[in-house]
Amino acid sequence: MQNTLLIYDGSFDGFLCAVFYVYEYNVVTPKIIKASQYQEQLFSNTETIITDKEKANRVWNSLKIKCGKRGVAQLYYAFLSELYNVENTLLEVIKYAFKSTTSIMKDYANMYVLEMSKITKKVSREKHRMEAFVRFRLTKDEVYFANIEPDFNVLPLIETHFRKRYADQQWIIYDLKRNYGLYYNLNTVEIVVLELSKNITTNTTSEFFTDTELEFQQLWKDYFKSTNIESRKNLKLHNQHVPKRYWKYLSEKQPF
Amino acid sequence: MSFERIKEKLNILADAAKYDVSCSSSGSNRTNKNKGLGDASSSGICHTYTEDGRCVSLLKILLTNHCIFDCAYCVTRKSNDIKRAAFKVQEVVDLTINFYRRNYIEGLFLSSGIFKNADYTMERLVAVAKKLRLEENFNGYIHLKSIPGASDELMREAGLYADRLSVNIEIPTEKGLKLLAPDKNRADFIKPMLKVKNEIIQYKSEKKLIKSTPKYAPAGQSTQMIIGATGENDMQIMYTSNHFYKHFNLKRVYYSGYVPISNDSRLPQIGSAVPMLRENRLYQTDWLLRFYGFNIEEILNASHQNLDLDIDPKLGWALRNLHEFPVDVNTADKRMLARVPGLGMRSVHKILNARRFNKLNWEHLKKIGVALNRAQYFIVCASNQFERRDLTPEHIKGLILQNSKSKYTSMLSTQMSLFN
Repeated sequence: MQNTLLIYDGSFDGFLCAVFYVYEYNVVTPKIIKASQYQEQLFSNTETIITDKEKANRVWNSLKIKCGKRGVAQLYYAFLSELYNVENTLLEVIKYAFKSTTSIMKDYANMYVLEMSKITKKVSREKHRMEAFVRFRLTKDEVYFANIEPDFNVLPLIETHFRKRYADQQWIIYDLKRNYGLYYNLNTVEIVVLELSKNITTNTTSEFFTDTELEFQQLWKDYFKSTNIESRKNLKLHNQHVPKRYWKYLSEKQPF
Repeated sequence: MSFERIKEKLNILADAAKYDVSCSSSGSNRTNKNKGLGDASSSGICHTYTEDGRCVSLLKILLTNHCIFDCAYCVTRKSNDIKRAAFKVQEVVDLTINFYRRNYIEGLFLSSGIFKNADYTMERLVAVAKKLRLEENFNGYIHLKSIPGASDELMREAGLYADRLSVNIEIPTEKGLKLLAPDKNRADFIKPMLKVKNEIIQYKSEKKLIKSTPKYAPAGQSTQMIIGATGENDMQIMYTSNHFYKHFNLKRVYYSGYVPISNDSRLPQIGSAVPMLRENRLYQTDWLLRFYGFNIEEILNASHQNLDLDIDPKLGWALRNLHEFPVDVNTADKRMLARVPGLGMRSVHKILNARRFNKLNWEHLKKIGVALNRAQYFIVCASNQFERRDLTPEHIKGLILQNSKSKYTSMLSTQMSLFN
């Protein structure tokens, strides 16, 4: 049977609207795909989904009832993985949830539930790593600035953590890969899109940062070195905990 | 702030503090109020890892490495010819705040060599914590190392500003301590620990009546022992831990494999290996006590005084108690599931949840993430075949070792290696 391709804008609300569409038109073999990933295919029907906040909310609210607070959080986390085809895994979980009379979010023997819980776990792990590996540098405008490039889109998940922790300083965490960031202005957190100079990612520049900034980075690097016990060296374990792809934003791992 | 001078001090005093194992920043409940700095309510975060693989979550330093004591196992001992330094109170405060603002750390772990006497030193440690809380409005994590012999009054104050307090008992047995640290007295460790324990109990009962009672060491207290410096066996070590868990409500006991740092005939020679595998087995045993519902007597007793190095302690227990198995994963209670080798607490919870929907079979268990290479000999499930047949403990152990790759295999090799 032919697939019906549901093309949506890539937003979470858009995805929920696609789910809405599946139920509204009783689509038998739906396949949800981001507009950015869509390539024209000869043998399928395509439908473009229009994002509608109200429809999204309706789906979200009934999911909350079916899956519970933790359950919907899992769905949202997994969605932010941006993995290819994750939408369809989630759709299967949602279909199963709507069909069942009890919460199915812990039925790990179901392949879609298990798959989702694995993706959720990966996203949570990266969320946690970002909370750990963000390194702020103090700019001349008194803003603590950090740039990141996470595999998954975890910025929405770490906002609360940093807002609670750094309530008395202005900060920006910027996702270079997705080109947007969070800016905390001492009152609220806003989403910002910035034109960044390439130099901002190099720690040695004194163009943007305060004079003492480099000194503190140096102190931290020295501290990192002195706290190591040479006779217990275990680089395999080290690399497992601090994967190399994150090194570029860790000041203690910079070569200067 | 003179960065050159600070840099030198930091190098000396971080280097001297690195043998302290604890760097955890979890278990507190100090939330950020009134737009202050920091939040210690979360589960603790490791911000980086040293090249030896240990978590770095706190700025762990000594206030000074001047010391009036001469304990054989300690780098900072009086007779050791090393560079000495001391931080000013304000310098530690500035470092902590600036590191914290950049998200390098969760807070501060401050310990100290003993200059002059216990109270003089303890007073300065408390002054740092007090300044951070009252002047900087800092809500991050603070762990203070209590100085043995410090007065009750100072211990009380310390607990008002710190999240966690600890005194290292250093050596698992009193005899060992007498040998290596003749100036130290076990009673001096116990006294502040007792004081903190009683304060915590008192805090809890007052808190019930008066909501505004100031927090007292919300993350509790911990201690540390050096392993392998004196000749104690695993049973002595773990019975000591068990005693502290039971009678002092300790949150954690840390085990620190002795790193040879001095040429002293009482100690393992410089260059001898750090007992990392043994340390690992002790931590595994500690976990079994705290999270898996084991009694220490089940794991270590007069007829079994040392942990096996080649297999983990839970597998060791299971092989000595084969009459308790096999366990049916579809019906067994949580306690018994937790005792199956290859089932960690995460798997146990997944099984308890998943079996409400389906009778679980091997395929399900594999997908859930159970370490079947060990578990298969101890469980039955909704599949016909049962792997254990009539195997003896030795046979099972052999099969498991054959099919597993331990990162410690090289350490277990009985063949001597000539060239290292």
